[in-house]
Amino acid sequence: MQRVKEFNMGRKLLIHNDHIPNIHTLEVYRANGGYASVEKALKTMQPDQVTDEVKKSGLRGRGGAGFPTGLKWSFLAKPEGVERYLVCNADESEPGTFKDRYLMEKIPHALIEGMITSSYALGAKTSYIYIRGEYFYVARIVEAAIAEAYAAGLLGKNILGTDFSHDCYIQVGGGAYICGEETALLESLEGKRGNPRIKPPFPAVAGLWGCPTVVNNVETIAAVVPIVNMGGEEYAKIGVGKSTGTKLISASGHINKPGVYEIELGITVEDFIYSDEYCGGIRNGKKLKAVVAGGSSVPILPAELILKTAKGEPRLMTYESLADGGFQSGTMLGSGGFIAMDEDTSIVKNLFTFARFYHHESCGQCSPCREGTGWMEKILQKFLNGTANESDVELLWDIQSKIEGKTICPLGEAAAWPVAAAIRHFKHEFIEIAQKKKFVDISHYDRLNLVRA
Amino acid sequence: MSSQVHGAQKFDEAKRAATIFSEDGMKTVQTIISHYPPEKIKSALLPVLHVAQAEFGGWLSPETMDYVASILKIRPVEVFEVASFYTMYNLKPMGKCVLEVCQTSSCWLNGAEDIVKYIEKKLSIKVGETTKDGMFSLKVAECLGSCGTAPMLQCGASYHENLTYEKVDTLLENYRAEGKLKSYTDLDYKNTL
Repeated sequence: MQRVKEFNMGRKLLIHNDHIPNIHTLEVYRANGGYASVEKALKTMQPDQVTDEVKKSGLRGRGGAGFPTGLKWSFLAKPEGVERYLVCNADESEPGTFKDRYLMEKIPHALIEGMITSSYALGAKTSYIYIRGEYFYVARIVEAAIAEAYAAGLLGKNILGTDFSHDCYIQVGGGAYICGEETALLESLEGKRGNPRIKPPFPAVAGLWGCPTVVNNVETIAAVVPIVNMGGEEYAKIGVGKSTGTKLISASGHINKPGVYEIELGITVEDFIYSDEYCGGIRNGKKLKAVVAGGSSVPILPAELILKTAKGEPRLMTYESLADGGFQSGTMLGSGGFIAMDEDTSIVKNLFTFARFYHHESCGQCSPCREGTGWMEKILQKFLNGTANESDVELLWDIQSKIEGKTICPLGEAAAWPVAAAIRHFKHEFIEIAQKKKFVDISHYDRLNLVRA
Repeated sequence: MSSQVHGAQKFDEAKRAATIFSEDGMKTVQTIISHYPPEKIKSALLPVLHVAQAEFGGWLSPETMDYVASILKIRPVEVFEVASFYTMYNLKPMGKCVLEVCQTSSCWLNGAEDIVKYIEKKLSIKVGETTKDGMFSLKVAECLGSCGTAPMLQCGASYHENLTYEKVDTLLENYRAEGKLKSYTDLDYKNTL
């Protein structure tokens, strides 16, 4: 489906150079304007001025929560004589999300440049990049880039001849979704099980080894580079309202062109799905059935609600527009993990994969989550086996409602929301399965390959 | 010693005494430790366990965990509680090549279940089992961040993406021909897009 471009989709700030051969090397990266933000910040700006630019930019955390980055930075406690740390959250594990992997793999120096500039703003002498263990080969790529940066005097003592010295290290994780939660990540970085901490105190006051710490997502840190280069005000001109700048969207599922796309916040969801610039429409000429717009934990929406809000306005790729209508008819931008499903997809079965995921990934600390996620998986398994009753839908609803808000960390909500949304928008599918006792078994491989052939 | 924390696993003093990192392995471990303040070297535990798993046969035996504890100057139970929490550490012997097929949403939507069934049939093992010759173990994994290139499987450091049955055939053949232990820490990772 070819659509006329109505929105300026042009501007890219993070992965605009991803097509340049060897952009992962320092030489090519610098030849294309790399490390300008370090030069500018260290030589012409005070640390607080950098933070001010980030505040002015309106940048919001790109990991999923969307919390204003400048504000988060300003909370950092700065007691005399106590180390402060910047920790990069590269534990990307929200199902449907693979943008950080792409960024680190293609342009590792973009992250390192952001780490140096951000650390300068925060007064951090040491920073850590916590990369999920499964991305071991990505860690190798970033590690090589860090070595290059050290050799070029961009890391280490007296960077670029200034007073600022900084060390940046990588730590690989061991395979646990929960370590994407910032306090669990800090526990893991300290060599412990990834059990989230009770907050307060927040990491800004007591984080890594009890020291004030800022934890930011890979994309957030990389976005500091263009913000410093162009100025916060210029950056804020991109986007719509409080959704400023560009965002990396990981597009997957039944679309023609899965991959990582950098969008200006504010394009319509319809353009994103159907224009050839992005997803290129639904595979095999099928109809769109539903979309999970921001990673597995955000509410799933049926096609009609993801394309248009309940008020009938076109839905935009912004924090506000996607959330329009609350959870009754809206969802969240989250991490930008955009999963599209075609008309032949079983919502119940897809939900089962999410429920199984959250059950597997619950750290076990809080009983509503530890037990509830297992119960939800078991009940959904009954639907797949053809042994579910209609009353099981109510039971499922009841369980999810008793997890939300009753756990230390948001994994509880993350597990409950997709269940609630699937029932809210696709209850008829659950009922149908329960009534007919039909066995849900869809061979996607054959289905997709047969149609392709 | 530490036998009490390892449940049913027997602790073999002779095996423990023979558990020592290679020169290269020790160098890597020392580098990792140097990344943390001297009094915080417990932080090195997760990355050091990866090195240990790669050096000592692809799994973490009670002896290996005890050895790692001695290096990081922590109690063996602190190693065990971490090793048992994270999915990438194997607490029992595995095949040389551990095939981890991602099964979460995007991969499922693109046929991950069929890939699992295909491998099960081809290797005559079920998920969680190891082939008789000790070459392959089959596992299912939760989202590995390869949703745009689904379905996929991970083996050691390598990501095999956009899988088809034919690609599975080829990669199994190649691994069998190579016959080597595959670890997350391998430098010769491949990305077969």
